[in-house]
Amino acid sequence: MNNATQDTADVAHGDDPIIRISQMHKWYGDFHVLKDINLEVQRGERIVICGPSGSGKSTLIRCINRLEEHQRGKIIVDGIELTNDLKNIEKIRMEVGMVFQHFNLFPHLTILENLTLGPIWVRKTPRKEAEETAMVYLEKVHIAEQAKKFPGQLSGGQQQRVAIARSLCMKPNVMLFDEPTSALDPEMVKEVLDVMISLAEEGMTMLVVSHEMGFARSVAHRVMFMDYGQIVEENNPEDFFNNPRNDRTKLFLSQILH
Amino acid sequence: MEDARPQQPFADNIKPPRTSVGVIGWLKANLFNSWFNSLLTLLVLFLFYKTIPPFVRWAFIDSLWMSTGKECLAADGACWSIIPANLRFILFGFYPYEEQWRPAIAIAMLVSLLIYSQYRRNWKKSLFYIWIGGLVVMGILMRGGLLGLTSIETSKWGGLPLTLLLSVFGLTAAYPLGIVLALGRQSRLPAIRSLCVVYIELIRGVPLISLLFMSSVVFPLFLPEGVSVNAILRAQVAIILFTAAYIAEVVRGGLQGMSKGQYEAAEAIGLNYVQTMRLIILPQALKIVIPPSVSILISAFKDTSLVVIIALYDLLKTTQSILGDPRWMGFSAEAYIFVAMIYFVCCFYMSNFSRKLERELDTGL
Repeated sequence: MNNATQDTADVAHGDDPIIRISQMHKWYGDFHVLKDINLEVQRGERIVICGPSGSGKSTLIRCINRLEEHQRGKIIVDGIELTNDLKNIEKIRMEVGMVFQHFNLFPHLTILENLTLGPIWVRKTPRKEAEETAMVYLEKVHIAEQAKKFPGQLSGGQQQRVAIARSLCMKPNVMLFDEPTSALDPEMVKEVLDVMISLAEEGMTMLVVSHEMGFARSVAHRVMFMDYGQIVEENNPEDFFNNPRNDRTKLFLSQILH
Repeated sequence: MEDARPQQPFADNIKPPRTSVGVIGWLKANLFNSWFNSLLTLLVLFLFYKTIPPFVRWAFIDSLWMSTGKECLAADGACWSIIPANLRFILFGFYPYEEQWRPAIAIAMLVSLLIYSQYRRNWKKSLFYIWIGGLVVMGILMRGGLLGLTSIETSKWGGLPLTLLLSVFGLTAAYPLGIVLALGRQSRLPAIRSLCVVYIELIRGVPLISLLFMSSVVFPLFLPEGVSVNAILRAQVAIILFTAAYIAEVVRGGLQGMSKGQYEAAEAIGLNYVQTMRLIILPQALKIVIPPSVSILISAFKDTSLVVIIALYDLLKTTQSILGDPRWMGFSAEAYIFVAMIYFVCCFYMSNFSRKLERELDTGL
C-alpha cells in the first residue's frame, strides 16, 4: 500500500492502456448522463471515482462491460472495441469482473456453485478444476468454510467477499467495483476493504466507485471526481485530497470528510 | 472476522403464564376469546351435531355396499352398491370388457411413474428415458395392434385412462409452452412480443368450452377431404393451448419479481441470454410461482371433464351414463361422491406435492 506512489511511476508510462475511452457520450432518453468522457487506464492502475449521486460515476463503469450502452465515442478494452457485436461483448465480459453494491449473488445456488457457474459455462472449464480454483479464491477471501452454504445464510460482508471471489474466478484483467461497501453495515466495511487492498497489492487493475476516502488515499493511483456527467477533476490522491483545484471538488470533499 | 457477540443474554429466560399455553390456552385464544366468538363456536358445534350424525348414519350405518338396485330402493341409507356393480364401466368406459386389464396396467404404470418422479433424488437423465419407455409401453397397451394385442380404436377409450391421459399430457406440455410464451412476452423483439401478447390475450379471452368446440367442429372443416385428426388429440391440443396461456401469465409474474441485479450479475459474468434464463432467472422465478402454477394445473385437471361436450367419455361422463341405467336410477349422489373422491385425491396430491417442493427448494432468501 505504502508503495502506491512508487507504483504510479511503473504504470503511468505504459503506452498500451488496458481501457481507452474517448469522447464517449451517453443519454437516458433526453437526459445527457455522460458528457465527453476521455479516460485511459493503464495495466495495474487503480482508480477511485467519487462524486455526488446522479453524477454518472456508476453509469461510467457500467459502460465498460456493456451493462449500459454508450451512444457516441469509443470504448476499447484490452484491444477490443465495444460495439453491438455480441462476440466482442462476451469477450470483454470475460476480461472484466464486476462487483455490485447489492452483491447480486445467485440465491438459489450454493456459494461454491455461485463461483463455478461462470468458469464452467462461459470459460468451459471442467467442473473439478473450476471447483478447485473456486476454493482457492474462497480461501483468499477467508470464507472457504462457507462453501456449501447458500448466500441467504451469510452476512452482508461475507456475501460481498463471495461476490469478489466470484468475479476473480473468471480470471479477469480488470475489476470494476460499483460502491462495494455502501450497502454494508459499518462493522463489515473493513473486511471487504481488506480483501480489496490485498487484491490491489497483487497488481490488479481496479476501477472503484466509492466514497471510502481512506481506501482511496492509501490504494489509488488516481482519484477522480465526477459531477453532472463529467470528470471534473483528477489527480493523485495526495494532491486530490490536500489541494483540490475545483470549487465543486472542494465542496464535495468538505461534505464527506467531516 | 466472525461474529464475536456473547452467547448468553443478560437476563434469564422464564416460562410464559400457564393459561396461555397448552390445550386450555389454545381454546381460549382461538375459540372463546370474546363473547361473539364464543357464540359462533357454540353455533358451529350445534350445526355439527345436527349434520354429522345423520350423514354418518346415511353413509355408513344404513348403507348397502354389495346389493342390487332393487334392494337399495328399500333401504334408508346410501346405495354404494352402484359403484362396485358399475365400477368397470366408470373406470374404463367402452373399452372392450375382456381387454380392460390393459388400461388397468397402463394406469398402474402411470401412477407409479408419477410417484417415482416426485422425489428430487430421482431427477436424473435416466428418469427421462424411463418416462419415454413407460409411455411407449402404455401406448402399446392402450392401442394394441402389436405383439398379439387386439387393436382398440381410440374412440373406445374412456373413463379414468382418458382423464389421466388428457391431464398428464396436457399439463406436461402446457408448462414448457407457457414458459416460452412468458419469455416471448418479455422479448425485446417487437414481433415476437406482440405475437405472444395476442396469443395469450386471445386464449384467455375465450372459455375452454369454445376452444374444444372449435377443435372438434370448426377445425375439421379446414382439413382437406379424407384427412381427419383424432378426436382425443384435438381435445388434447385445445387443453394444452388453453392452459399454456394461463401458465404464461403466472410465469411472467415470477419473471417480473426478479431483481435487475440478477440479470446484471449473470451478464457481468459473461453468461448469454439462454444461459442466464436457464441457470439464473427461471430456477428462481419458477420457484416463486409454484403456488399459483399448481392452482392452474389443478383447475386444468378438473377442466378436462369439459371434454364431455365433444362426446368424449371421460371419468365424469362414464359415471353420468350409468345413472341412465333403469336399475340404478336415483343414486346419483353416491356415484358423484365416488368420482369426486377420485378427483379430490388427485388434486390434493398435487397441492401437497407443491408444498413439499416449495419447502425443499427454499434456500433462505
